[in-house]
Amino acid sequence: MPELICISCPQGCHLTAVEANGSVTVSGNRCPRGEVYAKQELTDPRRMVTAVMPSDNKKHPFIAVRTTAPYPKAKIPALLNRLYAMTIKTPVKNGDIIIADIDNSGIGVIVTENI
Amino acid sequence: MARNCYDAVIVGAGAAGLAAGSVTAASGCSTLIIDRESRSGGILNQCIHNGFGLRYFKEELTGPEFAYRMSQKAQNAGVEFALDSAVTDIKKLDDGTFDLRILSKHDGVRHINSRAVMLTMGCRERNRGAIATPGGRPAGIFTAGTAQKLLNCEGKLPGKSAVIVGSGDIGLIMARRLRWSGIDVKAVIEIMPHSAGLTRNVVQCLHDFGIPLYLSTSVVRIDGKDRVTGVVAAPLNDDRTPDMNKAFAIECDTVLFSVGLIPEMELAKKLGVKENPATGGAEVDSNYSTSIPGVFSAGNVLHVHDLVDFVAEEAEYAGKCLVDYLVGAKNGVEYNSSVLKNLKYVIPNRFAPTQDTRFLFRPTVVTDRAVLKAMVNGESVWEKKLLFVRPAEMIIAEIKANTLAGDVTFVLEEI
Repeated sequence: MPELICISCPQGCHLTAVEANGSVTVSGNRCPRGEVYAKQELTDPRRMVTAVMPSDNKKHPFIAVRTTAPYPKAKIPALLNRLYAMTIKTPVKNGDIIIADIDNSGIGVIVTENI
Repeated sequence: MARNCYDAVIVGAGAAGLAAGSVTAASGCSTLIIDRESRSGGILNQCIHNGFGLRYFKEELTGPEFAYRMSQKAQNAGVEFALDSAVTDIKKLDDGTFDLRILSKHDGVRHINSRAVMLTMGCRERNRGAIATPGGRPAGIFTAGTAQKLLNCEGKLPGKSAVIVGSGDIGLIMARRLRWSGIDVKAVIEIMPHSAGLTRNVVQCLHDFGIPLYLSTSVVRIDGKDRVTGVVAAPLNDDRTPDMNKAFAIECDTVLFSVGLIPEMELAKKLGVKENPATGGAEVDSNYSTSIPGVFSAGNVLHVHDLVDFVAEEAEYAGKCLVDYLVGAKNGVEYNSSVLKNLKYVIPNRFAPTQDTRFLFRPTVVTDRAVLKAMVNGESVWEKKLLFVRPAEMIIAEIKANTLAGDVTFVLEEI
């Protein structure tokens, strides 16, 4: 009976998830987002990834990026290593695509500042 | 720069300054925002993580993205900027306008005249000295925000293994940033019995990485001669002194302090703005006017907010009040507001009873059921039930006009 803390909002509800006959029942949530979170967290935990990547710009040698959606937790270290090994060519602007689709996941990496 | 006279000069181009300036400029007031950094956005630029804007933009953004949108809004409204510029002095002149002394690399010293001033300088961090942590003075000791700037803006790693003192949100966010940058985070040590940061940050920044959080524990010594070699921590006794029999050592080469923020009030104090001892910021009325007519204040320099969305909302409102001041609107009768039980402070400190007023509070207790009461002449005249009270979260109460017919004292009772 896994105990989870919801990270969807600052309330941080303590959730309990019970699995029976292939379906999961969630309790302890104060809103529907808690149920969605618990089911996702138990089957395929994901997190938004934010990082800085090296750039060719002297004044701003590192540039902030993020994933376009929460990314599978277990694969985050490999993604970070890939990002750290690349160099961004400036100028770039908010929303510019660094990786369009990471390993056919449907999730990309975009720049979050104008340099 | 073309002109030397403005209707409104705003000190600080962070979220508060940009939000206030967007409103004043859109209302037709000539507006200048001054900032010592070379780009606008303030601390948001170094907060590369997500979690901003859910309330204000109805979408989740990173800090730089939030800053960019606010800057665009200000520019589109017609705000002028003086960047790489520091305001070193503000004086009130006999005609009621203000003289600002500005220092910049480009123009040297120059003076700007303004009819009104908005103070939005934000905060700086409390550091090791502020909590008097004993031990040596080796390299490797940073405030969490300084380490954040080094890592996120300059790409410099502060060390190889770290202990974080204090569990404020910046410390928690930095724990994750360090781990994602290949730095070992040995522990987060918090003196209070509960985390100072949001629960979800404890989960996604500590639990996700198996980083231990020691509550009711104090760092009693930092070791190292040239470079930090470790810290010694001890759990607290009931009287909140460290229990040295249970002290334990943690090896590390870096210590980050995330132990609170201090409003950047030096400029305001020099000008003679009255301070609110409970917040470290200015005393304000419900128009966000300080004790000096024509000087307004909003954002983290007024009181520390938990969300930048609240900063932007508050500063927009303060900007609107500054515009009202410029066209000669007056508040009329004002009453005082204060707090007693379980509340650290209330904003504003004075209010106009004939207007709807948004009161903001910082609670000092952790409870899941409480009632907030407004007491006038010893009687409760307004109440609100609260289901989730945490010191990390601001309480907001909207009170209608003509509800409070006198000086008010707010209390928070656990039920």
